[in-house]
Amino acid sequence: MSYEEKGTWLYLVVAIAGYSFYLSWVLPEVLAGTPVADVDYVAPMLWAIGGAIVVTIIGRILVEIVFPSESTKGDVRDREIDRLGTRVGSSFIVIGALGALVLSMLEADWFWIANVIYLCFVLAALLESITRLVAYRKGVPTW
Amino acid sequence: MVKPTRVTNDIRSLRFRASEMTQAELAKRLGVTRQTVIAIEQGRYSPSLEMAFQIARVFGVPLDAVFQYPDATSDQQGAAS
Repeated sequence: MSYEEKGTWLYLVVAIAGYSFYLSWVLPEVLAGTPVADVDYVAPMLWAIGGAIVVTIIGRILVEIVFPSESTKGDVRDREIDRLGTRVGSSFIVIGALGALVLSMLEADWFWIANVIYLCFVLAALLESITRLVAYRKGVPTW
Repeated sequence: MVKPTRVTNDIRSLRFRASEMTQAELAKRLGVTRQTVIAIEQGRYSPSLEMAFQIARVFGVPLDAVFQYPDATSDQQGAAS
């Protein structure tokens, strides 16, 4: 497995773990009936996003220590796969922005606006990394 | 399912004819990763025209001795079956 493919696996795992961590912190409060305006979502969201960045960096180093790659430089195929993933994943960034726009117009609580944006970031990361992994495993489409 | 490419190649046999050149050695000469050479050999990645010429040059053969593309007749037969 190439350096870039290992990085994509890590990105996928961290995206899932980070959002699960966030939900495990915020969801019990929401389910307990706390009004969303009073739910403390900012700190967990910042911890989840910041933690994901740190874990990705540390994880990348640890993975290379345990399973060293032949080369840490990507090539033309890695760049093509990277572009494909970004193009597919960016659709959710747009959906998140549109969702936040509509919620703002409806004067929804900031909780919902922030959560729609964060959820779409996570979905974009999932779609992006899954697209890349499929391209690595099954091949790069030539349409 | 999107088929990555219809281009087939003889890189594997060309490698063996070239003093059993390894995938790693070919990758080094092309400036790509070994995984990319594997993907090209298995038809999971269609290289750029420039890289295709580089591969042919490594083996000292013309481009169509390395890569083949099904002609129109075999296309129709494939579609009919």
